Amino acid sequence: MAKHLTRDLENLQHDIVSLAAAVEEVLYKSIRSLQERDIDLAREVIHDDRRIDLQENEVEEECLKILALHQPVAIDLRRTATILKINTDLERMADLAVDIAERALVLAEPPHFPIPDRLQRMTDLTTSMVRQALDAFVNLDPPQARRVCRLDDEVDRYNREIIQEIIAVIRRTPELLEPGLSLFSVTRHLERIADHATNIAEDVVYLVEGEIVRHRPEAVEVEA
Amino acid sequence: MSTLTYQAIISERNDQGRTPPDLKATRPKFAVRNLNFWYGKSQALHNINMTIPENTVCALIGPSGCGKSTFLRILNRMNDLIEGTRHSGQIELDGKDIYDSSSNLVSLRRRVGMVFQKSNPFPKSIFENVVYGPRVAGLRNKARLYEIAERCLRNGALWDEVKDRLNESALALSGGQQQRLCIARALATDPEILLMDEPCSALDPASTARIEDLIFELKRQYTIVIVTHNMQQAARVSDVTGFFFQGQLIESGPTEQLYTRPANKQTEDYITGRFG
Repeated sequence: MAKHLTRDLENLQHDIVSLAAAVEEVLYKSIRSLQERDIDLAREVIHDDRRIDLQENEVEEECLKILALHQPVAIDLRRTATILKINTDLERMADLAVDIAERALVLAEPPHFPIPDRLQRMTDLTTSMVRQALDAFVNLDPPQARRVCRLDDEVDRYNREIIQEIIAVIRRTPELLEPGLSLFSVTRHLERIADHATNIAEDVVYLVEGEIVRHRPEAVEVEA
Repeated sequence: MSTLTYQAIISERNDQGRTPPDLKATRPKFAVRNLNFWYGKSQALHNINMTIPENTVCALIGPSGCGKSTFLRILNRMNDLIEGTRHSGQIELDGKDIYDSSSNLVSLRRRVGMVFQKSNPFPKSIFENVVYGPRVAGLRNKARLYEIAERCLRNGALWDEVKDRLNESALALSGGQQQRLCIARALATDPEILLMDEPCSALDPASTARIEDLIFELKRQYTIVIVTHNMQQAARVSDVTGFFFQGQLIESGPTEQLYTRPANKQTEDYITGRFG
C-alpha cells in the first residue's frame, strides 16, 4: 500500500513541478512580449495555454485518484491537498500570462504608451515571488514561503502607484486612453499573479507545518 | 513520551454539523496514570498516561503486539484472568482506582461492557441473548426483561430486523447482525463504557458501516474505547486516537489533529503506512 502511494505521490510531484516550470516560462514570455513589443512571442504564449490547461487536468485527476484509492493521511494528505490547490493557482497564473500577452498585442501597436519605470520593478518583484514560492514548495521551506507572503503588500503598493501614473498620463494625453487601459489591465494581472504566488506560499506553510495561515496575517509573521 | 493532556478541541460530527466541544470541559471517564503492565517477566505496557473523556469515542491504533488490546482489557480488569500478570500505576474510573481493594469487580464489569472481535452469541434465542446479563443479575420480571430487550436491540440498531423473530436462534443471524446483537447484549447491563476489540474485522463494508453508525449514536450515552487495525475506521468513528507502539503510548489526541498533522514522526510513519 505505502509503496504504491509513494510511487503515485512521486509521479504527482513530478507532474506539478513540470506544470510549474511551464507556467513560469509562459509568464516570462508574456512579460518579455510586453517589454519588447514582440507580437510573435505574445502569440506563442496564447497558443501554449491549451497545453497548460491539459496539464492542469492531469494533475487534478492524479490527485483525485490518490484521494480515492489511497485515502492518504498526515503528510501524504497535506501534500495531495496542497498540490490540488497549487495546481489551480498555477493554471490561473498561466491564464493571466495569456491576458498579459493579449494586452501586449494591443500595446505593440502605436500610439505607444510610455511604460512606467515602476512597472519593471513590479514585474521583477512578481516574477521573483513566483520563483521563490515554487522554490519554497520544492524545498519544503516555510521561512522562504513566509517571506513571499510578506512581499505581496509591496506588489499591491506598486499596483496602486502605477495606476495613478497611468491616470495622470491619460489626463495629459487623452489619445493614449486605449493603450493606457491595456497597461492598466497589465498591472492588475501582475498584481493577481502575485496573489497566486502568495497562495502557493501559504500552501507551502500548510504542507510543512500543518497550519492554515491563509487570511491570518499574524500566522504569516511567525517564523517557525 | 506517554504523557498526554488534551488541550485542543475535538470535533463533534452530528446533525448540527461540526461543533467542536472544548475537550478541557469534558469530564475524564478514565484517567490512566503511570501504568506499567507485565505478562510474567515480559513488560507489555510502559508508563502509559492517558485520559479518556466521557461520551467520546476513543480509538486505539498500532501494529500487532503493540499493547493496545492489553490496554483495552485492563480497563475492565479482564487481564486479571490471565495468570502471572501484574501492573503498577493507577487506572481511575470516575476518579476511583479500579484496582483499589474496595473496588467491586462485578460492578466494574457491569459498568464497563466489552464487545469482541468475533461475534460470540450464545446458542440461545435472540431474546435470551440480550437479557442474559440482567437474568444472571437476578431479574425475573418478564415485562421488564422484554423492555430491556427492546431498548437494547433498538440501541443496537437491530430491532427492526429481528422484532418479529425474537425467539429464533441468534446463530441464524448474519455476521453483522450477530455483532450488533453482541453490542445489544453488552448494553443490557446498563454499562457506562463499551470496550470494543476490532468489532468490524470480520464484517463486510455494509455491516461495518452500520456498526460505525451505531458507534456514533451510542457515544451520546456511552463512552466507547475501540481497538482497530483499520486506520480509516479509527479516523471515521473516533474523537480521540491513541497510537501505541512497542508498549508505549507514542501519541494521543484529537483524531482530526492526529490524522492531519501528527506531532510525532513515528505516528506519522505508522498512519501513512511507512512502517508497521
